[in-house]
Amino acid sequence: MSDTAKTVALHGGLLALLFALGFLLPAYHHGNLARIMVLASYAIGYNILFGYTGLLSLGHALFFAAGMYGMGLAVQYLGLSPGPALTAGLVAGAIVAGAVGLLALRTAGVAFMIVTLMFAQAGYLTVLYFGAFTRGDEGFVLQQAQRVLWGIDLSDPVHRYFAAFALFATCLAAVLWMVHRPFGKVLIAIRENEDRARMLGYDVFAYKLAAVILSGTISAAAGAAYGLLFGYVGATFASVQYSIFPLLWVLLGGAGTVLGPFIGTLFMFYLIDLSSGITTAYMLIAGVVLVLLTLFAPQGLAGELRKRIWRGLP
Amino acid sequence: MDIGPYLLLASLEGAVTAAVLALTAVGLSLVFGVMRVVNVAHGEFFMLGAVLAWWVTSLVAGHAALGFVLALLVVPVMVGALAALADMTILKRIAYDPERTIVATIGILYIIQQVTLMTYGPDARPVEPPFNTRLALPWIEFVDGKPHIYWPWGLSTTTYKLGVIAAAVLVLIGVWLVMAKSRIGLIMRATQLDRDMALAFGIPVERVYALVFGLGAALAALAAVLIVPIQQAHYLMGGDPLLLSFIVVIIGGLGSLPGTVVAAILIGLSDGIISVFFSPTLAKILATLLVALVLVFRPQGLFGVRRA
Repeated sequence: MSDTAKTVALHGGLLALLFALGFLLPAYHHGNLARIMVLASYAIGYNILFGYTGLLSLGHALFFAAGMYGMGLAVQYLGLSPGPALTAGLVAGAIVAGAVGLLALRTAGVAFMIVTLMFAQAGYLTVLYFGAFTRGDEGFVLQQAQRVLWGIDLSDPVHRYFAAFALFATCLAAVLWMVHRPFGKVLIAIRENEDRARMLGYDVFAYKLAAVILSGTISAAAGAAYGLLFGYVGATFASVQYSIFPLLWVLLGGAGTVLGPFIGTLFMFYLIDLSSGITTAYMLIAGVVLVLLTLFAPQGLAGELRKRIWRGLP
Repeated sequence: MDIGPYLLLASLEGAVTAAVLALTAVGLSLVFGVMRVVNVAHGEFFMLGAVLAWWVTSLVAGHAALGFVLALLVVPVMVGALAALADMTILKRIAYDPERTIVATIGILYIIQQVTLMTYGPDARPVEPPFNTRLALPWIEFVDGKPHIYWPWGLSTTTYKLGVIAAAVLVLIGVWLVMAKSRIGLIMRATQLDRDMALAFGIPVERVYALVFGLGAALAALAAVLIVPIQQAHYLMGGDPLLLSFIVVIIGGLGSLPGTVVAAILIGLSDGIISVFFSPTLAKILATLLVALVLVFRPQGLFGVRRA
């Protein structure tokens, strides 16, 4: 089998499996998997910047929340229907990402991590500051009537699952396409050796900015979808924790792989789900996994797969 | 009452914040300066200091001062040892790679925080101050051109708060003496200047790193022991000191100790004064954005010099 055929079979197979699971799973896991697919889309967005471009952001919750609040506030206060509201979320995410990118990309390495962390913290505090509209930590609930997209009621579990599936499939396909295009290859070149990429004549800053905006917009799409599908918009999603989660998922699954974000999200979600039955201190698991990953498997699960089984894994 | 007494009160509260902040931030700055890594778990070492101070004082019966002095001596050593252990088992193994260190210390942050939640619980608990006398302060007012001393209601501080400021100043002088005058300080500065050259001269760089990491954490713990009679011990209390220390270290210039102290006083005082007049959330938003912009446009900090 050629590499292209293998790639199509692997990723198409996963999507077919997820589609089939939509009819087969019992209610509890059905709901979980819908959530995982939305969060994995967020991780896919994060992976574009971290895995492919080599920029470690600690502030992606800002983009996730920009999408979520851009959508949620538009529905709640402007009375928009979900279609235009989703667009509002995407636009909000793209604008925030563009602004953050223009400023933060002037720094590199550790300074980039801290600057993105600071911007996200300022964003979180802003959500709390305008508590009169955002209702702060408490958040607000989107009513069932506000969640009907093109006549499809997204609060219905089956519709919700396939909406999440559609989002995930779109993101996965987009990234798969991107890494086979020159644009994706330039990003990887920047990750591997920024000076050499610049010397070859690429406008490194423009490519990095495009990566930030693309990554931020996909994260915002996931945020907007999360708010719409699960009917809740709250400040928790803007907090530092939600900047750490995508890093954790991508590291666990394998940075710079197309499947990694999904694998990482799936594993972490069930790890926390199972452990929260035993203890309320479930973030302990996240901490331990982070430390173990940095120590023993910086490549993540899909990275190990690539190293041991198939070197051509995209 | 005019604005003067309010300002004095705010500056006194701000001075306490500044004193504690200076200790915490100098710990962070030391680690960054010598090891070139950012310790995101720094706030959790602060929290651990406060929680352990509560634990040690609760073990000791008798006068409050007895337990407190014991905590002051024992807790920083315990936290420092734990940090040194984390350095040797985790950070050393990833070769102090700057980015992986941040990820690893985020992991350590959650481990410390959540283990505290599991053992100590979600409650905030107070520690009794060793001495605590209320001091009312006078204010001078001019009535018809003549000075007139009076005692505004509410304008007061406590001996303990003044004690915290004094203790912080003493510790900072101690840190400066160690860094500038002692042999171990010389070794640390040599490691900071050129790691490889220090290694070539037979300096056990890895042991210096463990020591510095432990010392940084111990300073945070010490600050926490000092503040815990004023502020209660809680498992989530590490967030604010971490953020403020970051702000201070960045404004003061990464790795510069004098700059850090100046910035701590500046930020501590203005934090006290601003939060009297404005919403604390708004103050935090502005401070955070300011720091991000300082890092973007003046990465050497407001007081630092650009390295060649």
